[in-house]
Amino acid sequence: MSVSPTSGSPTSVVTKVDELLAAHPPAGTDRLAFLRARFDAGLAWVHFPETLGGLGLDASLQPVVDAAFAAAGAPDNRPQGNVIGLGMAAPTLLRYATPEQQRRWMRPLWTGEEIWCQLFSEPGAGSDLAAVAATARRDGDDWVVNGQKVWTSLAHDSAWALLLVRTDRDLPKHRGLTYFVLDMSTPGVDVRPLRQLTGEAEFNEVYLDDVRVPDANRLGAVGEGWRVTQTTLMNERVAIGGAVAPREEGAIGPVAREWREHPRRRDASAYDELLRLWVDAEALRLTSARLGQQLEVGAPGPEGSGLKLAFARLAQAASSLHLDLAGADALRYDDWSMRRPDFTTPLDRVPGFWYLRTRANSIEGGTSEVMRNIIAERVLGLPAESRPDRDIPWKDLPR
Amino acid sequence: MSDVPSLLYTDVEDDLRAAVRSMLESHSPWARVLERTDGDVAGDRKLWTLLTDDLGLAGLALGEDVGGAGASWREVAVVLEELGRAVCDVPYLTSVVTATALAEAVGARELLAELATGAVAAVAVPFTQPLDHPVSDPPRFAAGRIRGRVPAVAGAAEADVLLVPVAGAVVRVAAADARIEPVPSLDMTRRVADIDFGAEGGAAATVLAERDAVPAALARAAAVSAALLASEQLGLAQRCLEMTVEYVGQRRQFGRLIGSYQALKHRLADLWTAIAQARAVARYAAACAAVDDKDLPVAASLAQAVCSVVAQQAAEECVQLHGGIGFTWEHPAHLYLKRARADALAHGTAGWHRRRVGALVDLPPVAD
Repeated sequence: MSVSPTSGSPTSVVTKVDELLAAHPPAGTDRLAFLRARFDAGLAWVHFPETLGGLGLDASLQPVVDAAFAAAGAPDNRPQGNVIGLGMAAPTLLRYATPEQQRRWMRPLWTGEEIWCQLFSEPGAGSDLAAVAATARRDGDDWVVNGQKVWTSLAHDSAWALLLVRTDRDLPKHRGLTYFVLDMSTPGVDVRPLRQLTGEAEFNEVYLDDVRVPDANRLGAVGEGWRVTQTTLMNERVAIGGAVAPREEGAIGPVAREWREHPRRRDASAYDELLRLWVDAEALRLTSARLGQQLEVGAPGPEGSGLKLAFARLAQAASSLHLDLAGADALRYDDWSMRRPDFTTPLDRVPGFWYLRTRANSIEGGTSEVMRNIIAERVLGLPAESRPDRDIPWKDLPR
Repeated sequence: MSDVPSLLYTDVEDDLRAAVRSMLESHSPWARVLERTDGDVAGDRKLWTLLTDDLGLAGLALGEDVGGAGASWREVAVVLEELGRAVCDVPYLTSVVTATALAEAVGARELLAELATGAVAAVAVPFTQPLDHPVSDPPRFAAGRIRGRVPAVAGAAEADVLLVPVAGAVVRVAAADARIEPVPSLDMTRRVADIDFGAEGGAAATVLAERDAVPAALARAAAVSAALLASEQLGLAQRCLEMTVEYVGQRRQFGRLIGSYQALKHRLADLWTAIAQARAVARYAAACAAVDDKDLPVAASLAQAVCSVVAQQAAEECVQLHGGIGFTWEHPAHLYLKRARADALAHGTAGWHRRRVGALVDLPPVAD
């Protein structure tokens, strides 16, 4: 399903925003009622089709709409709490779901009434995602799913999951996969918190034991799961764009403030490291801005894959330097108890937490090593690694 | 600062790039650049004439009132990317950027008109020196005469005119009135020369700017130079990456293309990532120079802090990943290595510019 942008101007969308605000004054309207009305007016994501929360306009108009709502004090859809739904599920549904499925899922997804998660990774399928071993067996109008998924953020909050499973063991690994949308309240779905080295449980393990999924919840054809997955993963990397952050907003901010506020803790050997990281942070900010500008004119560059790599390196180095500059406080930790993080409020944690949490930045969403392979093979066109597993039936792979 | 100007290339800039690249491919292939390094003449005069007369690139950033093309430093930056890419031996950076920016900042309209027609000028400051950073022993100026020496000036041997910062003034000296001694140079494609104005009678000099006007003019020229040098470094780095990617995609060892080894892939992916950042900061610096944005000092030093490191990394990787052939005289890698290393010293090292950034954004050094 494709969206063809028609002409729209900042003035005309702001007029629509004003009309909606007049009909549903934020102060006197229930939060969800307001968000539903915003969706129905096509002002949720203007580049989506009409009837699916959009107006078929150019995506570059969205910041104008968001700013106008924010200026009027309207509630937002708390996007931090539904990153997978908004960033990955929505574009995948737009491309592969039937009109009926889209009508069912899109609105509560956008309003945040229904949170989404992603059941992709498994203990035996991390970087090598196409090796997934969870199976689905056809049974009448349903499929019966068995297996174990892991690293599932938000699974404990989610109404729906994007699910990748193996439907044919006799085909090579990329060809025997099928993609479903799973109702997380289905019997047999068991979500268990996965405690991380920070102490908290941001992720989950999800066990699937004879879980029934209707065939009507399949996205794409049987055996086409890998292709659908690519759409989901591509949007994971595109999601980086958006508004340009102000200078010092990211990982370097707290470190620079520490330096300014505590002259006695300054250290000559840390000074050049601080300046190197400040320069890196500003270079990355401008690189993101340039990527955003490319996206706006409809010419997305491949810079996104490099940015993830570079942001991970910066966040890790900056949080480590912060510990060096934090004096004796560096040795205090705030809370080792196992708890669920709340993504909808700013995280106020000690530098030690950030030092630990940023270790995951180079692992989650594709390890830095995998990102380098992607850049080398897809951007630079270097010869592919020898892949002996590509063309033999999945069931015959060594494991 | 959250309003970032366009960092993309315009259609006009793309056309300009294509014209310059086509000219350089015909008239300055690397084999010719290499061959010229055996000769005694600094600067490829024939190429300079083609660039200035045929393409009209000398006055690109100058206003039409002084005979320029009325474009901006953004377009000049694109030309520099191409010159860096082809590691050309022409005094474009030294004359069209540094000397022109200084002439513009001191309002030397007559000189600007000469520069717009392709006259070559050089600022008589060691190439390693940021122009707004005081030199220890500047030439002395009194009663219309200048005396003293300046070592390691880039673009001096090619120059018709020298602009000389002295205590409290910037003066103009005809190159023919000074003794300019080219020295064997680390960068064979941008040779430096020692300038001797003489100790006794000295050389005739005319004042272009005096007293209070001088520091601001030097600061402006320093920032523009640092900002635009970044684009030369970017073009050089991009070319080194391309050469290396091509080589590891052809070279076989152990029965495999060496580019299929992750050990090499990951180094090149890191280099590509670094160059994407170099492009963003170089474009930002050029955009700030073009409109004299108040963020130009930060943008210029940021660009040098990034691009000096990235260009050097690219050239070093180019030598290393080419293996033995990359260490030979007959392969172009060394031309790029020498240019990249000299460029990293030019107008202040990356470390110097990091400290400058620190001073500009309120990150002070440790008090002694």
